[in-house]
Amino acid sequence: MGPRKDPTAANTLSAEGLTLAYDERAVVDGLTVELPAGKVTVIVGANACGKSTLLRGLARLLKPVDGAVVLNGSDIHSQSTKAVARVLGLLPQTPVAPDGISVADLVGRGRYPHQGWFRQWTPEDDDAVATALEATDTLGLADRNVDELSGGQRQRVWIAMALAQQTGILLLDEPTTFLDVTHQVEVLDLITDLNRRSGTTVVMVLHDLNLAARYADHLIAMRDGRIVAQGPPSAVVTEETVSGVFNLECRVIEDPVSRTPMVVPIGRHHGPGTATPSPTSPTAAAVRGYRPNPQDTVPARVEAAS
Amino acid sequence: MPRSSPDRGAGLGAIRARRRRTTATRLGAVAGVVVVLFAVNVLLGTYTVTIPDFLRILGGADIPGASFIVLENKLPRAVIGLLIGVAFGMSGAVFQTMLRNPLASPDIIGISYGASASAVAAIVLFGAAGTAVSLSALIGAVVVAAAIYLISRRGGVAGYRLILVGIGFAAVMHALVSFLITRTDLRTASEAVLWLNGSLNSSNWDRATVLVAALVVLLPAAVILSRSLQGLELGDDAAAGLGVRVEASRLGLLFTGVALAAFATAAAGPVASIAFLSGPIARRLLDHRPSLGMAGLVGAVIVLGADFAAANVLPGTSLPVGVVTGALGAPFLLWLLATANRRGQGG
Repeated sequence: MGPRKDPTAANTLSAEGLTLAYDERAVVDGLTVELPAGKVTVIVGANACGKSTLLRGLARLLKPVDGAVVLNGSDIHSQSTKAVARVLGLLPQTPVAPDGISVADLVGRGRYPHQGWFRQWTPEDDDAVATALEATDTLGLADRNVDELSGGQRQRVWIAMALAQQTGILLLDEPTTFLDVTHQVEVLDLITDLNRRSGTTVVMVLHDLNLAARYADHLIAMRDGRIVAQGPPSAVVTEETVSGVFNLECRVIEDPVSRTPMVVPIGRHHGPGTATPSPTSPTAAAVRGYRPNPQDTVPARVEAAS
Repeated sequence: MPRSSPDRGAGLGAIRARRRRTTATRLGAVAGVVVVLFAVNVLLGTYTVTIPDFLRILGGADIPGASFIVLENKLPRAVIGLLIGVAFGMSGAVFQTMLRNPLASPDIIGISYGASASAVAAIVLFGAAGTAVSLSALIGAVVVAAAIYLISRRGGVAGYRLILVGIGFAAVMHALVSFLITRTDLRTASEAVLWLNGSLNSSNWDRATVLVAALVVLLPAAVILSRSLQGLELGDDAAAGLGVRVEASRLGLLFTGVALAAFATAAAGPVASIAFLSGPIARRLLDHRPSLGMAGLVGAVIVLGADFAAANVLPGTSLPVGVVTGALGAPFLLWLLATANRRGQGG
């Protein structure tokens, strides 16, 4: 049995009046949120709503302009970054695997915060790496080069690296990007396993609203740097919230497999009562955002009339 | 799922231990090559010294002719060759690993050119010689590196931007050197060109002492900072997630890398390609694991080997070492690009 931090000694993470900005532009604006300990929290929202920025802020990668991220009762920026890394792990959206590195070596990098000048590599580190590889079902790949792996395998290896860090909180920024649907489900199942097995607090950003609704215990919907709604997916994923957050007309039905809400977008071409606009009608063209090019010799309206 | 059985961890431990032994063996082998080349440089060549004679000279015996050649020419030359090899090699590996790009060595991103431009300006405009030239090379390297850093920095330094800005600076500095050389008389110009080639011909103990003093500080600094390279290699966000202090570590590594290259350039001129060649060769020798130590040793092998060739390949003349290393650089770049493309990765 590997020596391991007691996962039930819950670590708490919250944001208080958090404002994050790139240059002068505030992306997250005065946001207060508490991430429930021991649960899977998923943050959703349209592109550029500040969800990844919020995650980076929670991982102390961005210094807040105002407010604070509070980890275990004190400001995360007042704690040593290495001490934070023993409690809070992060899998960024696009990590870079060095050329030719082996899986075991890459996962071993997760032990960095546990090592120091006088505490070099120990059997405990080997054990942590082995546990992480086993949990992600990548032990068989330990000697392979990361370059040679498929997208799904590679993502599992990166998750293994974050696991080797042995933190009570794990933040993941779109862990399913670039994966096909099979591997998306595989990765999210794996993350759920970790949460159920060792009580790891998981906070992740996801693009796919249906997968988010299925895998989240707690769902946070963001728009324009603020939280629009949060709570269990069944309360958050409603037709009103989705149209408010994503500007998307949709129906919400029950997922026949997981009994969680499922969003079915309507779009312009489908569904009852949405007649396909006639292409010759100038008003329809205007509705679709079509503007005649001023360089055109024949104005669109004249052309349509002729 | 069961908690990891101890033998799994032990299995990984065994693999790790075996790998560590392989690394140690290969480091030892390359270090052996360095020792042999050092001895070859001191003992053989146009003037051959026997080992007993060499030991007697070191012991203080005065052998007419031989003592002077060994103590004032061959020995400082070999010592400086060894040290600049280590310094250039480690400097290149620091930059290449940190910026995750084999093109990011100081001789390509303009730092060596900065030293050259400053040194040539000193020679041509102020008639400087000897220590003054070395000093201005040092200042030039540091100033250009600071300028590259500040310009490529926008809320955090991105590797590719630093390389592009560096290549821009290299072009400007190159133009400046050409301009200065065309504006001066022939004798000064040939003096400047000699310096630009990078040469160990004017090695002496003063230069060796300065270099030793610099390395005594810089090598331990590089070793200490290299730990954070493990994290920085994975990208800034991942590094920060692992608890690396990203900006501080990077600034420290940049400064150490620049200082290593600058002191080496000050001692022997911008010996071409060593920084660029050493890192990738060292990585291949260690199955892709980065090692500053290996890069330093490879650098020493290249300089000592190239200098012996330069001094002896043409009877009667001693070519500058930079001519030989420069000739190695271009084919190596092509090979690097060819193999990188075959694996579908642009560096």
